[in-house]
Amino acid sequence: MPRPGSAQRWVAAAGRWGCWLLALLLLLVTGPGCASEITFELPDNAKQCFYEDIAQGTKCTLEFQVITGGHYDVDCRLEDPDGKVLYKEMKKQYDSFTFTASKNGTYKFCFSNEFSTFTHKTVYFDFQVGEDPPLFPSENRVSALTQMESACVSIHEALKSVIDYQTHFRLREAQGRSRAEDLNTRVAYWSVGEALILLVVSIGQVFLLKSFFSDKRTTTTRVGS
Amino acid sequence: MGLPAMGLRALLLLVMCAAGAQGLYFHIGETEKRCFIEEIPDETMVIGNYRTQMWDKQKEVFLPSTPGLGMHVEVKDPDGKVVLSRQYGSEGRFTFTSHTPGEHQICLHSNSTRMALFAGGKLRVHLDIQVGEHANNYPEIAAKDKLTELQLRARQLLDQVEQIQKEQDYQRYREERFRLTSESTNQRVLWWSIAQTVILILTGIWQMRHLKSFFEAKKLV
Repeated sequence: MPRPGSAQRWVAAAGRWGCWLLALLLLLVTGPGCASEITFELPDNAKQCFYEDIAQGTKCTLEFQVITGGHYDVDCRLEDPDGKVLYKEMKKQYDSFTFTASKNGTYKFCFSNEFSTFTHKTVYFDFQVGEDPPLFPSENRVSALTQMESACVSIHEALKSVIDYQTHFRLREAQGRSRAEDLNTRVAYWSVGEALILLVVSIGQVFLLKSFFSDKRTTTTRVGS
Repeated sequence: MGLPAMGLRALLLLVMCAAGAQGLYFHIGETEKRCFIEEIPDETMVIGNYRTQMWDKQKEVFLPSTPGLGMHVEVKDPDGKVVLSRQYGSEGRFTFTSHTPGEHQICLHSNSTRMALFAGGKLRVHLDIQVGEHANNYPEIAAKDKLTELQLRARQLLDQVEQIQKEQDYQRYREERFRLTSESTNQRVLWWSIAQTVILILTGIWQMRHLKSFFEAKKLV
């Protein structure tokens, strides 16, 4: 096999450095993996859309949950760059959808509260695009990861799932707490309201009854005379 | 995957992400205010990056960058107190650290006067909010503290565990609030039921006595 010429070696080295630089630049520009976790308020009769440019072949996950408001449900819709609907669900409280981008372009997903007349909803969503990039451009590594390093990597993955579970737990707890606080205020208002209605009705009954008897008395005296 | 293929994929992703800068984006009206909620434990750092583009009605396209476009960022803590209220340019980065655990509100609105010239102006806002451990920039930390690869990995794990711990403390605080609310509801239901029964009995007694004296006065009884 002929020895690679100096030009070829230079090109290979430049290619390697270029890839490393790109990966580093990617890490600096985009941060940990283009994952967006956002909680926002959706007013009644409103629709809110989010867009993201995704490369072909990237595995993406959209997960959403309604935290407060009404029946805790929302409409969700995910469309690809050509407008084809990839995911559509009406009045869903929580869902998770994974897909692989079949083409490059802008993907759009919308949350709609148009079926609700007066309740605001708070919606949380987590849109993960691609995998988290590694801490180092380890694709360029000459040797495999040592035992220590692979142990670190597996601990990191485990902790990531712990944080994920914690987030879900926090959201469910927020939902439960919101319902409990709703119940608390409702009990207070209804109790006061009922007590007032009770008083008004009983006093009103007595005076109404009294008014029947006073009329009847005048008619009986006229008939008598 | 060979080196050139990986490089190409990284390049494509870079281009996609750079073109979309910070990934996710949404549209906002002229003076519309968009608020986002972050429920975070205390002493947690939040970094937000945003970039805005204005809609050009004639060309029917979003201009790549518009100087003179400003965004006002306002951050409120769970008690409603304003933590951060600043005007940034068309592209900016805001940071704050929470001092009380709870729901922080991050509100963005554009107050550029130039937008009033374009009727029905629309703004495209690219937003990226990173909380806690995700806000750390590891290559930068490695360069600054001169850490080896193993040390950097250990640092990342430590940060993650610290975040988990903070979240657990916050969870305990929230559970206490939840418990207080439930106990308050319990008390309210109990006392108001008793009160309503007492009111019912008292008004019944009053009704009967009042009517009895009324009928006796009218000589019907």
